[in-house]
Amino acid sequence: MPKTLPKPNPARELVFGELWEFDPAPETADPKLKKRYDLFINGSFVAPKKGKYFPTINPAHETKIADIALADAADVNSACIAAQKAFVSVWGKMPGKERGKYLYRIARLLQDRAREFAIAETLDGGKPIKESRDFDVPMAAAHFFYHAGWADKLEHLAPGRQVAPHGVVGQVIPWNFPLLMLAWKIAPALAAGNCVVLKPAETTSITALKFGEICQEAGLPNGVVNIVSGAAETGAAVMQHPLTTKVAFTGSTEVGKSIMRSLAGTDKKMSMELGGKAANIVFDDAPLDQAVEGIVNGIFFNQGHVCCAGSRLLVQESIADTVLAKLKRRIAVLRVGDPMDKNTDLGAINSREQLTKITDLVQSGVEDGAEKYDTGCKLPAKGFFFRPTIFTNVSMSHRIAREEIFGPVLSILTFRTPEEAVEKANNTPYGLSAGVWTDKGSRILKMSTQLKAGVVWANTYNKFDPTSPFGGFKESGFGREGGKQGLLDYLRVV
Amino acid sequence: MPPRLHITKTPKCYVGGAFIRSESGRVTALHDASGAFFANIPQCTRKDLRNAVEAAAKAGPGWAKRSAFNRGQILYRLAEMMEARAVELTEAVALSGASKAEAARAVAASIERVVHYAGWTDKYEQILGSVNPVASAHFNFTVTEPMGIIGVIAPDDSPLLALISLILPAITSGNCVVALASNTQPYPSILLGEMLATCDLPGGVVNLLTGLRSEMVPTFATHEHLRALSGAVKEADRKTLKLGAAESVKRVHLLKAEEPIDWFADKMQGVEEIRALIEFKTTWHPVGA
Repeated sequence: MPKTLPKPNPARELVFGELWEFDPAPETADPKLKKRYDLFINGSFVAPKKGKYFPTINPAHETKIADIALADAADVNSACIAAQKAFVSVWGKMPGKERGKYLYRIARLLQDRAREFAIAETLDGGKPIKESRDFDVPMAAAHFFYHAGWADKLEHLAPGRQVAPHGVVGQVIPWNFPLLMLAWKIAPALAAGNCVVLKPAETTSITALKFGEICQEAGLPNGVVNIVSGAAETGAAVMQHPLTTKVAFTGSTEVGKSIMRSLAGTDKKMSMELGGKAANIVFDDAPLDQAVEGIVNGIFFNQGHVCCAGSRLLVQESIADTVLAKLKRRIAVLRVGDPMDKNTDLGAINSREQLTKITDLVQSGVEDGAEKYDTGCKLPAKGFFFRPTIFTNVSMSHRIAREEIFGPVLSILTFRTPEEAVEKANNTPYGLSAGVWTDKGSRILKMSTQLKAGVVWANTYNKFDPTSPFGGFKESGFGREGGKQGLLDYLRVV
Repeated sequence: MPPRLHITKTPKCYVGGAFIRSESGRVTALHDASGAFFANIPQCTRKDLRNAVEAAAKAGPGWAKRSAFNRGQILYRLAEMMEARAVELTEAVALSGASKAEAARAVAASIERVVHYAGWTDKYEQILGSVNPVASAHFNFTVTEPMGIIGVIAPDDSPLLALISLILPAITSGNCVVALASNTQPYPSILLGEMLATCDLPGGVVNLLTGLRSEMVPTFATHEHLRALSGAVKEADRKTLKLGAAESVKRVHLLKAEEPIDWFADKMQGVEEIRALIEFKTTWHPVGA
């Protein structure tokens, strides 16, 4: 009779469950919010011509924070004219060295008021304070600091050629990293000598309008930066205005395509940073504990409201069970709740609309036959929250494996060979980012070469830096942000 | 003895490394500047364009994998092939009325341009790529990659120099090309195909079609396997191409054919033209023990 071997003991772990609650650790500094935010045009805060405002709410409590000015086409026109005037009379002819000094000032002033901006960001957008405090705001300042130094060195960007600014640049940014996306857009545009008309996202206008105060404090010439808050029509007016000869958009692929269509009859230069459905690929020789940290960071950072989120986990079949078990243990200790609490890992979903979209896609995953798992953690009674969710038994044809969910939802697929991993990873219209986890250097380089994505994170995920170009292949857009490659997108090579 | 009757050539398009007539069987009669019949040029169709894209898709991965050094040698070989048949190319360019001197200048500039790009194959990466000094403990570098298959639409004027100026930056970095030649002066593209066929360039890397721009532009615009469009076209076509490009977020790099373009200018060649048809890929890796 064959002797059955004793089963190995499961990995030991300390499970406290709900034995103790964390004490609340709320951030309490003053975000210095106003009851009403006007448009920032030509160096001043001005009421919208039609006098219309819309409320912005705290998605963690569903309470109103402030009224935000709604810019219409006439307001956008004023902003574009102010930008054009500033470009012709001051900014376009200012020596790069002087422009750079303004950008350095802006970087410094943002650092001075970092905590205030971080809190405002978290209140308005719902992201955990530790992310706005440790990532969004410092990184925004870093972008201004980096690009400040480029302003007098632009001739090095296109060797052998002359470069010149476009003039007025129209920019529309999303709600997932409101201040950081503003910095990614405004810093290179100004360093290159352009003036800017920027529309923040409808649900997250506050830090953009507060940035107007920074421009004033920096003594930035009037009209160099103009912020016009509003909804989709405001953004369309910015994109379509005849004075914006270059436009830059970050947002969904669907909206990006509609902008491209609407500008097809014009000579405008465009850059597009659109959606993604990144594969995060884990090989059997990967350092698994690090990989699990990377998977968690890849999909749950900023509630998954990240265009480059690692939303498709491709795990080698032989280690799939181990990885899944480790992943479940890890997400069990993620703290979902009050974004203002310093211990919170996942804050609020940005809006009810987004929560509905996530809920619908998760429902489609269940209906398509994938297996859903979530931590079952308690959620706050009010506000928009969603539990960290993972799907197993996912096939490539499921909507949750093809569509951008933009929420804390991970779809897990398996593969056997590197070739199959590449095939599955690239089998999407998107191509923004990808992750590779393996101990083998040559495999990393080969995978990186074969993955059709603009950013490849190897044994890491969701890392960003002003010096590092970011942007997509295929339907994830074109143009880069960051680095010398990104800056040149804000210049004409003449 | 009566003078020998010379053998006329049947013009064929160079697609997938072979010489084809249009699947449609249609041709357009080409006349020289004096109005005399010269030859029948294939009038390619949308189906021919799709076939050409298929040929390019087959050739693409192999071409992109060739070493930069090898691509440079092949391009230089193209210059050798053109130089050897420069007289014939000059006659082809002069066919529609350009003076022999103008035609010779265009041919010389075309050959020089090929040599120019032959030298770029193993250098542009060092100009366009970068190692990026990120603030965290990561090694971070940006390299270029070809976009894939590029749709090229040549203008009517400068039938050789413009066509080759549009093709070269694309293939230098490992892209494949499906090109539509000048409508009014297609014959130089027929000759160019014969030189491409003998320069060690793998078949399918460059595919040259002749035909009506009005028929082909909508398919160039919407064909999803074309990842970028490059060319010199008039306003209405630019709009059609950009509208189609929006559907698959295609890259568009178009010059205005209704304005004079100095194809001889130095700025019509070089690393910025290569940059327009590549993607940047940035890779991060932790630095540690």
